[in-house]
Amino acid sequence: MKNHKRFVVTGAAMTALLAIAACSGGGGGTTSSGSGSSTAPAEPVTINVHTFGGGENFGYDEAVKKWNAEHPNIQIKYTNLTDRFEDVYLPQLLQRLQAGAGAGDVVGIDEGAMGLMAARPQFFTDLGQYGLDSRKADFPAAKWEAGVNADGKLFALGTDMGGMTMCYRKDLFKKAGLPTDREEVGKLWPDWNAFLETGKKFEAAKTGAKFMDGPNTIYNVILFQEAPKNGNLSYFDKNNQLVIESNPAVKTSFDWVTTFSKAGLTAKLQAWSPAWDKAIKGGGFATMGCPSWMLGVIEGKAGPSNKGNWDVAAVPGGTGNWGGSWLAVPKQSKHPKEAAEVVNYLTGKEGHIAAFKEAGAFPSSLPAQQDPEVANLKNAYFNDAPTGKIFSESVAKLQPVFFGEKHAQVKTAVEKVIEGMDQGAIKYDEAWSKFVAAGVKAAG
Amino acid sequence: MTLQLASPPRKAPGRRTAPSRRMARFDLKGVPYLLVSPYYLLFAIFGVFPLGYTLWVSLHDWELAGDTKFTGLANYGELITDGSFWNAVVNTLGMFVVATVPQIVLALMLANALNKRLRGRLLLRLGVLLPLVTSVVAVAVVFSQLYSRDYGLFNWILSWFGVDPITWQNEKWSSWIAISTMIDWRWTGYNAIILLAAMQTIPRDLYEAAAIDGATARTQFWRITVPMLRPTIVFVVFISTIGGLTLFAEPVMFEGNPMMTGGTTGQYQTVAMFIVKSAFRDFEMGYAAAAAWLLFVLILVGTMINYWFTRRIGGAK
Repeated sequence: MKNHKRFVVTGAAMTALLAIAACSGGGGGTTSSGSGSSTAPAEPVTINVHTFGGGENFGYDEAVKKWNAEHPNIQIKYTNLTDRFEDVYLPQLLQRLQAGAGAGDVVGIDEGAMGLMAARPQFFTDLGQYGLDSRKADFPAAKWEAGVNADGKLFALGTDMGGMTMCYRKDLFKKAGLPTDREEVGKLWPDWNAFLETGKKFEAAKTGAKFMDGPNTIYNVILFQEAPKNGNLSYFDKNNQLVIESNPAVKTSFDWVTTFSKAGLTAKLQAWSPAWDKAIKGGGFATMGCPSWMLGVIEGKAGPSNKGNWDVAAVPGGTGNWGGSWLAVPKQSKHPKEAAEVVNYLTGKEGHIAAFKEAGAFPSSLPAQQDPEVANLKNAYFNDAPTGKIFSESVAKLQPVFFGEKHAQVKTAVEKVIEGMDQGAIKYDEAWSKFVAAGVKAAG
Repeated sequence: MTLQLASPPRKAPGRRTAPSRRMARFDLKGVPYLLVSPYYLLFAIFGVFPLGYTLWVSLHDWELAGDTKFTGLANYGELITDGSFWNAVVNTLGMFVVATVPQIVLALMLANALNKRLRGRLLLRLGVLLPLVTSVVAVAVVFSQLYSRDYGLFNWILSWFGVDPITWQNEKWSSWIAISTMIDWRWTGYNAIILLAAMQTIPRDLYEAAAIDGATARTQFWRITVPMLRPTIVFVVFISTIGGLTLFAEPVMFEGNPMMTGGTTGQYQTVAMFIVKSAFRDFEMGYAAAAAWLLFVLILVGTMINYWFTRRIGGAK
């Protein structure tokens, strides 16, 4: 009897063990499988679209709703995974690519990582085989070329692009005795020198706020204006050699930031930190370099209570681009054909326009740019600013900028030095050598 | 057990068949192992395997979702000449000392105070344990706000004395203090309770005898309490060492922007952050694995040194 009882216990323990084993075996979790729903007649396919971004991010809510209503057999499941690209989304995506499971059927990729992804053709579906090669005429050359990988295959299609404007706080400008109308504000700063002088005037008025957020937003704005003047290069040349020290674009941008910092114009804030968020909402600074997607970020972070406080003016120097994304289909997707169809839709005219309306993400698609819906669009949050017109003008003469494989790492490393310089942890006269050293180290 | 096994099972040969005898043998010899196996299985999967695999990875130039190449000990060679790795080691050790020394002393004093006859003793004892139930991240978020440059409580208080706002993240000393206070706030009470529990096992008559001999409360504390607590202090120091050398959440949250650089010039980047940065920001898995192994060695050495030190506490005996 006693023995018998013990066997029962042993059996239970073994069952528990097996259960644990079963659990850990099934844990990996393939989210990309098309789970068959019992209601639809045919075999419906679920396409997972994974994106990133703060505020309104990619702005696909409306576009997805429309698609799902029209395509009962291909249902899009749209998930914005995180608002952080470099330190959350990208490492996670790389791990999932390597693991061979877990990535979406369609994934968003930020421009900073396009060099990295183009160097890894083994992980992505060739979109050319589903006929997407035919879309070439829809995109500016720069946007198209970046989506072609090391094997010469098309692996990603462009979504939005940056464009460039300067966002400013109307209420703070008023307090400082500066003009508040966006045309007049734009005329305050035809170039960066004038911007500097305006900043000094603003600081002299002692509003309690600083003129600009921190050093790195403006650094990026200037860098992307300067890069086209220097062979379209930023940190790397087209052979993936680091040119951080020799490229005048980098030095010029660095020097401007140093000037602004020395003049005491920055709020010494780290972009994308909680303190930065707080200052966007609370009026801690008066201006910020604004690629189109930044409008969505500001709207999301400043919230409805600040509607009308922020406005958009032309950027010093006129044009520029910063950021923008692409959509790609990982090879691990079980439904590459349907995923390619979804990419085709979201990067098509209709998808671009919907995203622009929702998140202010300016279309890289040429037909979408020319569409009156985009060209005439006004942004209600920013005092009905004619954002369609402003951004079209800023990208009209846009030049492509090349990104090396390690662009994201070098960018992070050198921007830390700029931040340290601005906050006083690094002396001004040592900053450039530290900047170069950090870039060299990050490039490996 | 052994006695039973030694006695031959011939007593009643007719009553049991051969298979059931085998079952009985298995029941005696096999089942105990089976019953303890879940822990060891899990330990093998989540403990031993990752340890070994990390070692294997550390011998490669292993890029996340990229090329892998066997390079032997090259990663280790590169690491020990990497200034930023040693900066992380210095930060980790520095914050460990700044956090742990006051923490243990404070915990000891707290435990001694709670061991006295006080009104509402239970409530006070529970009170010191309370910080432990809060999540690390919540603690770090709140403290980071208290230390924030523009709207932080600490800078506000300092401003009463005419001190300009401090950017706490900017210097090694200020960031180390900020992070250490987070650690101490959370763990001092926990250590105090453990020490208190040990204190209560010290026989009262020792103190009575000492009192009769004319020992002051101070002498009693140093000559009786501390020596008697030695094993517990060793335990507390071990746990603090392991916790301190794998410090991660507090500095990450303190940075606000989890790029794992630990400040603009790595003022408070710990080794754990260095590992995560190498692996998931720079995608150098091999380099990160090598750093992880060096951290393992570092903890081993650190614990041994601490053992040697704490063994000498109250060494007059």
